[in-house]
Amino acid sequence: MPLWLDLAVRVVAVVLGFLVLPLVVGQTEHKVMAHMQSRLGPMYAGAFHGWAQLIADGVKFVQKEDITPRAADGTVFRLAPLVALFPYLLVFLALPLGPGGLVAQAMDIGLFFVLAVLGVGVVAVLMSAWASANKYSLLGGLRGAAQLLGYELPLVLAAASVAMAAGTLSLPGIVEAWRPWWLLWQLPAAIVFFIAGVAEIRRPPFDMPIADSELVFGYMTEYTGLRFAFFLLAEYVGIVVISALTTILFLGGWHGPFAEHLGWLWTLAKTFAVAFVIIWMRVTFPRLREDQLQRLCWLVLVPVALGQLVLTAVVKVLT
Amino acid sequence: MSQDGEKSTPGAGLINGLAVTLRTMTQRSTTQQYPDVQPELPPRSRGTIALLEENCTVCMLCARECPDWCIYIDSHKEEVVVPGAARPRQRNVLDRFDIDFSLCMYCGICIEVCPFDALHWTPEFEYAETDVLNLLHDKERLGAWMPTVPPPPAHDVLGEPSKEEATAAKKAAGPGAATAAKSVPARVRREPDA
Repeated sequence: MPLWLDLAVRVVAVVLGFLVLPLVVGQTEHKVMAHMQSRLGPMYAGAFHGWAQLIADGVKFVQKEDITPRAADGTVFRLAPLVALFPYLLVFLALPLGPGGLVAQAMDIGLFFVLAVLGVGVVAVLMSAWASANKYSLLGGLRGAAQLLGYELPLVLAAASVAMAAGTLSLPGIVEAWRPWWLLWQLPAAIVFFIAGVAEIRRPPFDMPIADSELVFGYMTEYTGLRFAFFLLAEYVGIVVISALTTILFLGGWHGPFAEHLGWLWTLAKTFAVAFVIIWMRVTFPRLREDQLQRLCWLVLVPVALGQLVLTAVVKVLT
Repeated sequence: MSQDGEKSTPGAGLINGLAVTLRTMTQRSTTQQYPDVQPELPPRSRGTIALLEENCTVCMLCARECPDWCIYIDSHKEEVVVPGAARPRQRNVLDRFDIDFSLCMYCGICIEVCPFDALHWTPEFEYAETDVLNLLHDKERLGAWMPTVPPPPAHDVLGEPSKEEATAAKKAAGPGAATAAKSVPARVRREPDA
Protein backbone atom coordinates (compact mmCIF):
# COMPACT_ATOMS: atom_id res chain seq x y z
CA MET A 1 0.00 0.00 0.00
CA PRO A 2 1.45 3.38 -0.93
CA LEU A 3 2.15 5.74 1.91
CA TRP A 4 -0.53 8.29 1.02
CA LEU A 5 -3.26 5.62 0.82
CA ASP A 6 -2.14 4.12 4.11
CA LEU A 7 -2.23 7.55 5.69
CA ALA A 8 -5.63 8.35 4.22
CA VAL A 9 -7.15 5.08 5.46
CA ARG A 10 -5.83 5.66 8.98
CA VAL A 11 -7.05 9.26 9.14
CA VAL A 12 -10.47 8.40 7.70
CA ALA A 13 -10.83 5.51 10.14
CA VAL A 14 -9.95 7.72 13.11
CA VAL A 15 -12.29 10.52 12.02
CA LEU A 16 -15.07 8.02 11.39
CA GLY A 17 -14.61 6.46 14.82
CA PHE A 18 -14.40 9.93 16.33
CA LEU A 19 -17.76 10.86 14.81
CA VAL A 20 -19.64 7.57 15.18
CA LEU A 21 -18.63 6.11 18.54
CA PRO A 22 -19.67 9.16 20.62
CA LEU A 23 -23.06 9.18 18.90
CA VAL A 24 -23.55 5.50 19.69
CA VAL A 25 -22.62 6.16 23.31
CA GLY A 26 -24.91 9.20 23.40
CA GLN A 27 -27.83 7.27 21.99
CA THR A 28 -27.15 4.45 24.45
CA GLU A 29 -27.18 6.99 27.23
CA HIS A 30 -30.53 8.37 26.05
CA LYS A 31 -32.11 4.94 26.03
CA VAL A 32 -30.40 3.43 29.09
CA MET A 33 -31.09 6.47 31.22
CA ALA A 34 -34.70 6.57 30.07
CA HIS A 35 -35.35 2.94 30.90
CA MET A 36 -33.56 3.23 34.24
CA GLN A 37 -36.02 6.03 35.02
CA SER A 38 -39.04 4.04 33.75
CA ARG A 39 -39.29 6.14 30.63
CA LEU A 40 -38.98 5.27 26.95
CA GLY A 41 -36.57 7.97 25.80
CA PRO A 42 -36.56 9.26 22.24
CA MET A 43 -39.08 7.35 20.11
CA TYR A 44 -39.75 9.48 17.04
CA ALA A 45 -36.56 10.62 15.29
CA GLY A 46 -35.66 8.09 12.59
CA ALA A 47 -38.95 6.21 13.03
CA PHE A 48 -37.47 3.23 14.88
CA HIS A 49 -37.06 3.86 18.61
CA GLY A 50 -35.56 7.29 17.96
CA TRP A 51 -32.26 5.98 16.63
CA ALA A 52 -31.61 9.28 14.78
CA GLN A 53 -32.23 11.52 17.78
CA LEU A 54 -28.64 12.73 18.05
CA ILE A 55 -28.45 13.43 14.32
CA ALA A 56 -31.62 15.50 14.66
CA ASP A 57 -30.04 17.28 17.64
CA GLY A 58 -26.97 18.01 15.56
CA VAL A 59 -29.07 19.49 12.76
CA LYS A 60 -30.86 21.63 15.32
CA PHE A 61 -27.62 22.87 16.86
CA VAL A 62 -26.28 23.86 13.43
CA GLN A 63 -29.36 26.00 12.82
CA LYS A 64 -29.03 27.90 16.10
CA GLU A 65 -27.60 31.38 16.24
CA ASP A 66 -23.96 31.56 17.26
CA ILE A 67 -23.91 34.15 20.03
CA THR A 68 -20.79 35.69 21.54
CA PRO A 69 -21.57 37.86 24.59
CA ARG A 70 -20.51 41.48 24.20
CA ALA A 71 -18.29 41.41 27.28
CA ALA A 72 -16.70 38.13 26.31
CA ASP A 73 -13.16 37.75 25.09
CA GLY A 74 -14.19 36.83 21.57
CA THR A 75 -11.17 34.96 20.30
CA VAL A 76 -10.68 32.83 23.40
CA PHE A 77 -14.43 32.28 23.72
CA ARG A 78 -14.68 30.97 20.15
CA LEU A 79 -11.54 28.89 20.43
CA ALA A 80 -12.42 27.06 23.65
CA PRO A 81 -14.83 24.42 22.21
CA LEU A 82 -12.21 23.40 19.66
CA VAL A 83 -9.57 23.15 22.36
CA ALA A 84 -11.98 20.94 24.31
CA LEU A 85 -12.66 18.67 21.35
CA PHE A 86 -9.30 18.45 19.58
CA PRO A 87 -7.23 16.62 22.25
CA TYR A 88 -9.66 13.71 22.16
CA LEU A 89 -9.20 13.43 18.41
CA LEU A 90 -5.45 13.16 18.97
CA VAL A 91 -6.00 10.54 21.68
CA PHE A 92 -7.99 8.48 19.19
CA LEU A 93 -4.85 8.23 17.07
CA ALA A 94 -3.02 6.35 19.79
CA LEU A 95 -5.71 3.89 20.90
CA PRO A 96 -4.93 0.34 19.70
CA LEU A 97 -7.99 -1.54 18.50
CA GLY A 98 -6.62 -5.01 17.85
CA PRO A 99 -3.44 -7.11 17.63
CA GLY A 100 -0.95 -6.80 14.81
CA GLY A 101 -0.67 -3.02 14.73
CA LEU A 102 -4.35 -2.22 14.38
CA VAL A 103 -3.75 1.33 15.60
CA ALA A 104 -3.69 4.60 13.72
CA GLN A 105 -0.32 5.67 15.05
CA ALA A 106 1.69 3.30 17.23
CA MET A 107 3.89 5.28 19.61
CA ASP A 108 6.49 4.04 22.06
CA ILE A 109 5.37 6.67 24.53
CA GLY A 110 1.65 6.20 23.77
CA LEU A 111 0.50 6.26 27.39
CA PHE A 112 2.50 9.38 28.15
CA PHE A 113 1.16 11.06 25.01
CA VAL A 114 -2.44 10.15 25.81
CA LEU A 115 -2.30 11.41 29.38
CA ALA A 116 -0.50 14.59 28.37
CA VAL A 117 -3.02 15.39 25.65
CA LEU A 118 -5.97 14.63 27.95
CA GLY A 119 -4.58 17.26 30.33
CA VAL A 120 -5.22 19.94 27.71
CA GLY A 121 -8.93 19.63 28.59
CA VAL A 122 -8.30 21.75 31.69
CA VAL A 123 -7.18 24.61 29.47
CA ALA A 124 -10.41 24.46 27.49
CA VAL A 125 -12.45 24.65 30.70
CA LEU A 126 -10.48 27.62 31.96
CA MET A 127 -10.61 29.35 28.58
CA SER A 128 -14.37 29.03 28.25
CA ALA A 129 -14.93 29.95 31.90
CA TRP A 130 -12.83 33.10 31.89
CA ALA A 131 -13.71 34.29 28.39
CA SER A 132 -17.47 34.03 28.93
CA ALA A 133 -17.49 37.03 31.32
CA ASN A 134 -20.20 35.31 33.31
CA LYS A 135 -20.18 34.61 37.03
CA TYR A 136 -21.65 31.13 36.63
CA SER A 137 -19.09 30.28 33.99
CA LEU A 138 -16.29 31.56 36.20
CA LEU A 139 -17.48 29.59 39.24
CA GLY A 140 -17.84 26.48 37.11
CA GLY A 141 -14.43 27.01 35.60
CA LEU A 142 -12.75 27.40 39.00
CA ARG A 143 -14.45 24.28 40.27
CA GLY A 144 -13.42 22.53 37.09
CA ALA A 145 -9.81 23.61 37.45
CA ALA A 146 -9.63 22.42 41.06
CA GLN A 147 -11.27 19.11 40.14
CA LEU A 148 -9.27 18.42 37.01
CA LEU A 149 -5.92 19.30 38.56
CA GLY A 150 -6.76 17.15 41.59
CA TYR A 151 -7.91 14.08 39.68
CA GLU A 152 -5.04 14.24 37.21
CA LEU A 153 -2.77 12.91 39.96
CA PRO A 154 -4.56 9.59 40.76
CA LEU A 155 -5.19 9.12 37.03
CA VAL A 156 -1.48 9.35 36.21
CA LEU A 157 -0.42 7.32 39.24
CA ALA A 158 -2.83 4.50 38.37
CA ALA A 159 -1.68 4.51 34.78
CA ALA A 160 1.95 4.53 35.95
CA SER A 161 1.29 1.38 37.94
CA VAL A 162 0.15 -0.59 34.93
CA ALA A 163 2.96 0.86 32.82
CA MET A 164 5.39 -0.31 35.47
CA ALA A 165 3.84 -3.78 35.47
CA ALA A 166 4.07 -4.04 31.69
CA GLY A 167 7.48 -2.43 31.52
CA THR A 168 6.49 -0.24 28.60
CA LEU A 169 4.70 3.03 27.87
CA SER A 170 3.44 1.84 24.50
CA LEU A 171 -0.31 1.15 24.58
CA PRO A 172 -0.15 -1.91 22.27
CA GLY A 173 2.82 -3.07 24.32
CA ILE A 174 0.81 -2.85 27.54
CA VAL A 175 -1.99 -4.90 26.02
CA GLU A 176 0.54 -7.47 24.74
CA ALA A 177 2.03 -7.82 28.20
CA TRP A 178 -1.34 -8.05 29.91
CA ARG A 179 -2.25 -11.32 31.66
CA PRO A 180 -5.65 -12.22 33.12
CA TRP A 181 -4.35 -12.31 36.69
CA TRP A 182 -3.54 -8.60 36.33
CA LEU A 183 -7.27 -8.05 36.79
CA LEU A 184 -6.73 -8.88 40.45
CA TRP A 185 -3.24 -7.47 40.82
CA GLN A 186 -4.14 -4.12 39.23
CA LEU A 187 -7.69 -3.95 40.56
CA PRO A 188 -7.15 -0.95 42.87
CA ALA A 189 -5.41 0.92 40.07
CA ALA A 190 -8.24 0.04 37.68
CA ILE A 191 -10.87 1.40 40.08
CA VAL A 192 -8.83 4.53 40.79
CA PHE A 193 -8.20 5.10 37.07
CA PHE A 194 -11.85 4.62 36.23
CA ILE A 195 -13.14 6.97 38.95
CA ALA A 196 -10.49 9.60 38.23
CA GLY A 197 -11.23 9.28 34.52
CA VAL A 198 -14.94 9.85 35.05
CA ALA A 199 -14.04 12.90 37.13
CA GLU A 200 -11.66 14.09 34.40
CA ILE A 201 -14.44 14.16 31.83
CA ARG A 202 -16.72 15.86 34.40
CA ARG A 203 -19.47 13.27 34.19
CA PRO A 204 -22.03 12.91 36.95
CA PRO A 205 -21.58 12.24 39.85
CA PHE A 206 -18.47 14.40 39.37
CA ASP A 207 -20.16 17.19 37.38
CA MET A 208 -19.57 19.88 39.98
CA PRO A 209 -18.18 22.31 37.33
CA ILE A 210 -21.38 22.00 35.29
CA ALA A 211 -23.88 21.50 38.12
CA ASP A 212 -26.91 22.59 36.14
CA SER A 213 -29.09 22.92 39.25
CA GLU A 214 -26.84 25.54 40.84
CA LEU A 215 -24.52 27.02 38.19
CA VAL A 216 -26.92 27.10 35.22
CA PHE A 217 -24.47 25.13 33.08
CA GLY A 218 -21.10 26.07 34.53
CA TYR A 219 -18.47 27.05 32.02
CA MET A 220 -20.81 26.17 29.11
CA THR A 221 -23.51 28.65 30.19
CA GLU A 222 -22.87 31.23 27.47
CA TYR A 223 -22.39 28.81 24.60
CA THR A 224 -24.99 28.30 21.92
CA GLY A 225 -25.42 26.44 18.68
CA LEU A 226 -22.54 24.59 17.14
CA ARG A 227 -20.02 25.58 19.82
CA PHE A 228 -22.22 24.15 22.53
CA ALA A 229 -22.61 21.02 20.41
CA PHE A 230 -18.81 20.76 20.29
CA PHE A 231 -18.69 20.80 24.09
CA LEU A 232 -21.35 18.10 24.24
CA LEU A 233 -19.54 16.05 21.61
CA ALA A 234 -16.34 16.45 23.62
CA GLU A 235 -18.15 15.05 26.65
CA TYR A 236 -19.24 11.94 24.78
CA VAL A 237 -15.88 11.47 23.06
CA GLY A 238 -14.49 11.75 26.58
CA ILE A 239 -16.61 8.81 27.65
CA VAL A 240 -15.33 6.76 24.72
CA VAL A 241 -11.72 7.73 25.43
CA ILE A 242 -11.85 6.99 29.15
CA SER A 243 -13.69 3.71 28.53
CA ALA A 244 -11.19 2.73 25.85
CA LEU A 245 -8.21 3.64 28.05
CA THR A 246 -9.63 1.65 30.96
CA THR A 247 -10.14 -1.27 28.60
CA ILE A 248 -6.66 -1.08 27.13
CA LEU A 249 -4.80 -0.53 30.38
CA PHE A 250 -6.72 -2.72 32.80
CA LEU A 251 -9.17 -5.01 31.02
CA GLY A 252 -6.76 -6.49 28.53
CA GLY A 253 -7.85 -4.71 25.37
CA TRP A 254 -8.24 -7.24 22.58
CA HIS A 255 -7.55 -10.30 24.76
CA GLY A 256 -10.35 -12.87 24.60
CA PRO A 257 -11.39 -15.90 22.58
CA PHE A 258 -10.39 -15.66 18.87
CA ALA A 259 -8.33 -12.55 19.62
CA GLU A 260 -6.39 -13.05 16.39
CA HIS A 261 -9.42 -12.26 14.25
CA LEU A 262 -11.96 -10.70 16.60
CA GLY A 263 -9.57 -8.62 18.68
CA TRP A 264 -11.08 -5.33 17.55
CA LEU A 265 -14.53 -6.60 18.51
CA TRP A 266 -13.31 -7.46 21.99
CA THR A 267 -11.82 -4.00 22.43
CA LEU A 268 -15.06 -2.35 21.29
CA ALA A 269 -17.24 -4.62 23.42
CA LYS A 270 -15.20 -3.97 26.55
CA THR A 271 -15.16 -0.24 25.78
CA PHE A 272 -18.93 -0.14 25.50
CA ALA A 273 -19.33 -2.19 28.66
CA VAL A 274 -17.25 0.38 30.56
CA ALA A 275 -19.19 3.21 28.89
CA PHE A 276 -22.40 1.55 30.09
CA VAL A 277 -21.05 1.61 33.65
CA ILE A 278 -20.31 5.33 33.27
CA ILE A 279 -23.90 5.95 32.13
CA TRP A 280 -25.20 3.68 34.88
CA MET A 281 -23.29 5.65 37.52
CA ARG A 282 -24.66 8.89 36.10
CA VAL A 283 -28.23 7.70 36.51
CA THR A 284 -27.70 6.24 39.95
CA PHE A 285 -25.54 8.57 41.99
CA PRO A 286 -26.26 12.13 43.10
CA ARG A 287 -23.68 14.83 42.46
CA LEU A 288 -20.81 15.05 44.91
CA ARG A 289 -20.42 18.26 46.90
CA GLU A 290 -17.23 20.20 46.24
CA ASP A 291 -15.61 19.21 49.56
CA GLN A 292 -16.64 15.58 49.12
CA LEU A 293 -15.14 15.69 45.66
CA GLN A 294 -11.75 16.90 46.90
CA ARG A 295 -11.85 14.57 49.90
CA LEU A 296 -12.43 11.55 47.69
CA CYS A 297 -9.54 12.57 45.47
CA TRP A 298 -6.89 13.44 48.03
CA LEU A 299 -7.79 11.15 50.93
CA VAL A 300 -8.90 8.04 49.03
CA LEU A 301 -7.79 7.86 45.43
CA VAL A 302 -4.26 9.27 45.76
CA PRO A 303 -3.29 7.03 48.72
CA VAL A 304 -4.80 3.98 47.03
CA ALA A 305 -2.92 4.77 43.81
CA LEU A 306 0.34 5.21 45.75
CA GLY A 307 -0.27 1.92 47.57
CA GLN A 308 -0.89 0.22 44.24
CA LEU A 309 2.41 1.60 42.95
CA VAL A 310 4.24 0.07 45.92
CA LEU A 311 2.39 -3.23 45.41
CA THR A 312 3.23 -3.28 41.72
CA ALA A 313 6.88 -2.53 42.45
CA VAL A 314 7.07 -5.29 45.09
CA VAL A 315 5.48 -7.91 42.85
CA LYS A 316 7.67 -6.78 39.96
CA VAL A 317 10.86 -7.12 42.04
CA LEU A 318 9.88 -10.49 43.53
CA THR A 319 8.95 -12.16 40.21
CA MET B 1 -23.84 5.19 56.08
CA SER B 2 -27.52 4.40 56.46
CA GLN B 3 -29.89 7.05 57.69
CA ASP B 4 -31.30 5.11 60.64
CA GLY B 5 -27.87 5.00 62.24
CA GLU B 6 -27.26 1.31 61.62
CA LYS B 7 -23.73 0.24 60.85
CA SER B 8 -23.64 -1.21 57.38
CA THR B 9 -20.83 -2.27 55.11
CA PRO B 10 -19.24 0.73 53.41
CA GLY B 11 -20.35 1.10 49.82
CA ALA B 12 -23.50 -0.97 50.34
CA GLY B 13 -25.63 2.05 49.57
CA LEU B 14 -23.80 2.62 46.30
CA ILE B 15 -24.28 -1.00 45.27
CA ASN B 16 -27.95 -0.91 46.28
CA GLY B 17 -28.47 2.19 44.17
CA LEU B 18 -26.87 0.53 41.16
CA ALA B 19 -29.07 -2.52 41.71
CA VAL B 20 -32.22 -0.39 41.81
CA THR B 21 -31.46 1.37 38.54
CA LEU B 22 -30.46 -1.88 36.84
CA ARG B 23 -33.65 -3.59 37.99
CA THR B 24 -35.74 -0.66 36.77
CA MET B 25 -34.02 -0.85 33.39
CA THR B 26 -35.00 -4.48 32.90
CA GLN B 27 -38.66 -3.81 33.66
CA ARG B 28 -41.10 -2.57 31.05
CA SER B 29 -41.89 1.08 31.32
CA THR B 30 -45.51 2.05 31.80
CA THR B 31 -45.36 4.97 29.37
CA GLN B 32 -48.41 5.19 27.12
CA GLN B 33 -47.58 6.22 23.55
CA TYR B 34 -50.68 8.40 23.51
CA PRO B 35 -51.07 9.97 20.09
CA ASP B 36 -50.01 6.70 18.45
CA VAL B 37 -51.88 4.40 20.80
CA GLN B 38 -55.20 5.43 22.29
CA PRO B 39 -55.29 5.15 26.07
CA GLU B 40 -57.49 2.59 27.77
CA LEU B 41 -59.80 4.79 29.81
CA PRO B 42 -61.49 3.52 32.96
CA PRO B 43 -65.28 2.99 32.82
CA ARG B 44 -67.39 6.12 33.39
CA SER B 45 -64.56 8.40 32.23
CA ARG B 46 -65.61 12.03 32.12
CA GLY B 47 -64.45 13.23 28.74
CA THR B 48 -67.11 15.55 27.44
CA ILE B 49 -70.90 15.91 27.68
CA ALA B 50 -73.25 14.66 24.97
CA LEU B 51 -76.77 15.98 24.39
CA LEU B 52 -79.69 13.84 23.23
CA GLU B 53 -81.82 16.67 21.90
CA GLU B 54 -85.04 14.65 21.61
CA ASN B 55 -85.08 14.02 25.35
CA CYS B 56 -84.68 17.67 26.33
CA THR B 57 -87.86 19.40 27.53
CA VAL B 58 -86.20 22.74 28.27
CA CYS B 59 -86.91 22.35 31.97
CA MET B 60 -83.77 24.45 32.61
CA LEU B 61 -82.79 22.32 35.61
CA CYS B 62 -79.26 21.76 34.26
CA ALA B 63 -78.71 25.45 33.54
CA ARG B 64 -79.91 26.40 37.03
CA GLU B 65 -77.90 23.75 38.87
CA CYS B 66 -74.68 24.36 36.97
CA PRO B 67 -72.20 25.74 39.57
CA ASP B 68 -70.45 28.01 37.10
CA TRP B 69 -73.38 28.74 34.84
CA CYS B 70 -71.82 27.50 31.68
CA ILE B 71 -75.00 26.13 30.09
CA TYR B 72 -76.97 28.51 27.88
CA ILE B 73 -80.51 27.51 26.81
CA ASP B 74 -82.97 29.37 24.56
CA SER B 75 -86.33 28.01 23.50
CA HIS B 76 -89.73 28.97 22.17
CA LYS B 77 -93.20 27.50 22.62
CA GLU B 78 -94.95 25.70 19.81
CA GLU B 79 -98.61 24.72 19.54
CA VAL B 80 -99.28 21.15 18.65
CA VAL B 81 -102.78 20.37 17.41
CA VAL B 82 -103.77 16.91 18.56
CA PRO B 83 -106.73 15.54 16.62
CA GLY B 84 -109.67 14.91 18.92
CA ALA B 85 -108.31 17.01 21.77
CA ALA B 86 -110.32 19.96 23.11
CA ARG B 87 -107.56 22.52 22.56
CA PRO B 88 -104.07 22.52 21.08
CA ARG B 89 -101.20 21.53 23.36
CA GLN B 90 -98.09 23.59 23.95
CA ARG B 91 -94.63 22.17 23.55
CA ASN B 92 -91.16 23.62 24.22
CA VAL B 93 -88.80 23.65 21.28
CA LEU B 94 -85.09 23.93 21.93
CA ASP B 95 -83.44 26.74 19.96
CA ARG B 96 -80.08 26.85 21.59
CA PHE B 97 -78.24 24.55 23.98
CA ASP B 98 -74.62 25.59 24.50
CA ILE B 99 -72.09 24.36 27.01
CA ASP B 100 -69.02 26.51 27.48
CA PHE B 101 -66.24 24.00 28.13
CA SER B 102 -63.82 26.77 28.97
CA LEU B 103 -65.90 27.27 32.14
CA CYS B 104 -67.16 23.74 32.73
CA MET B 105 -65.50 21.99 35.66
CA TYR B 106 -66.80 18.53 34.80
CA CYS B 107 -68.75 18.14 38.05
CA GLY B 108 -71.50 16.28 36.21
CA ILE B 109 -74.31 17.92 38.17
CA CYS B 110 -76.21 18.75 34.96
CA ILE B 111 -76.14 15.08 34.01
CA GLU B 112 -77.23 13.98 37.47
CA VAL B 113 -80.05 16.48 37.58
CA CYS B 114 -81.52 15.92 34.11
CA PRO B 115 -84.86 14.15 34.66
CA PHE B 116 -85.12 12.88 31.10
CA ASP B 117 -81.61 11.58 30.43
CA ALA B 118 -80.88 14.18 27.79
CA LEU B 119 -77.28 14.67 28.97
CA HIS B 120 -74.65 11.93 29.09
CA TRP B 121 -70.97 11.57 29.83
CA THR B 122 -68.86 10.37 26.93
CA PRO B 123 -65.21 9.30 27.28
CA GLU B 124 -64.15 11.35 24.22
CA PHE B 125 -61.55 13.90 25.30
CA GLU B 126 -59.91 15.15 22.11
CA TYR B 127 -61.65 18.49 21.64
CA ALA B 128 -58.82 20.89 22.47
CA GLU B 129 -58.95 24.15 20.53
CA THR B 130 -56.45 26.84 19.65
CA ASP B 131 -59.06 29.53 20.33
CA VAL B 132 -60.86 29.56 23.65
CA LEU B 133 -64.05 30.80 21.97
CA ASN B 134 -64.31 27.53 20.08
CA LEU B 135 -64.81 25.70 23.36
CA LEU B 136 -68.41 26.93 23.36
CA HIS B 137 -70.10 23.83 21.96
CA ASP B 138 -73.55 24.24 20.41
CA LYS B 139 -76.29 21.65 20.40
CA GLU B 140 -75.22 20.14 17.08
CA ARG B 141 -71.72 19.60 18.36
CA LEU B 142 -72.98 18.21 21.67
CA GLY B 143 -75.40 15.97 19.80
CA ALA B 144 -72.58 14.65 17.64
CA TRP B 145 -71.01 13.05 20.72
CA MET B 146 -74.11 10.89 21.32
CA PRO B 147 -72.87 7.85 19.34
CA THR B 148 -69.78 7.74 21.57
CA VAL B 149 -71.78 7.42 24.79
CA PRO B 150 -71.13 3.97 26.26
CA PRO B 151 -74.10 1.83 27.33
CA PRO B 152 -75.00 2.22 31.01
CA PRO B 153 -73.22 -0.20 33.33
CA ALA B 154 -75.04 -3.37 34.27
CA HIS B 155 -76.98 -3.40 37.50
CA ASP B 156 -75.29 -4.69 40.61
CA VAL B 157 -76.66 -8.22 41.04
CA LEU B 158 -76.60 -7.85 44.82
CA GLY B 159 -78.19 -4.38 44.84
CA GLU B 160 -81.79 -3.43 45.55
CA PRO B 161 -84.19 -3.64 42.58
CA SER B 162 -85.10 -0.36 40.94
CA LYS B 163 -88.33 1.46 41.81
CA GLU B 164 -89.95 0.42 38.57
CA GLU B 165 -89.04 -3.23 38.99
CA ALA B 166 -90.24 -3.28 42.60
CA THR B 167 -93.55 -1.67 41.68
CA ALA B 168 -94.08 -4.03 38.82
CA ALA B 169 -93.30 -7.01 41.03
CA LYS B 170 -95.79 -5.82 43.63
CA LYS B 171 -98.54 -5.36 41.05
CA ALA B 172 -97.89 -8.76 39.60
CA ALA B 173 -97.99 -10.40 43.02
CA GLY B 174 -101.42 -8.84 43.75
CA PRO B 175 -102.89 -7.85 47.12
CA GLY B 176 -102.50 -11.36 48.55
CA ALA B 177 -98.73 -11.16 48.86
CA ALA B 178 -98.80 -8.26 51.29
CA THR B 179 -96.29 -9.59 53.81
CA ALA B 180 -93.45 -9.94 51.39
CA ALA B 181 -94.06 -6.83 49.34
CA LYS B 182 -95.17 -4.54 52.13
CA SER B 183 -91.95 -3.13 53.42
CA VAL B 184 -89.89 -2.45 50.31
CA PRO B 185 -92.45 -1.01 47.83
CA ALA B 186 -94.15 1.02 50.56
CA ARG B 187 -90.92 2.77 51.42
CA VAL B 188 -90.23 3.39 47.77
CA ARG B 189 -93.64 4.85 47.15
CA ARG B 190 -93.65 7.25 50.06
CA GLU B 191 -90.21 8.55 49.40
CA PRO B 192 -91.35 11.80 47.74
CA ASP B 193 -93.38 12.74 50.84
CA ALA B 194 -90.61 12.08 53.31
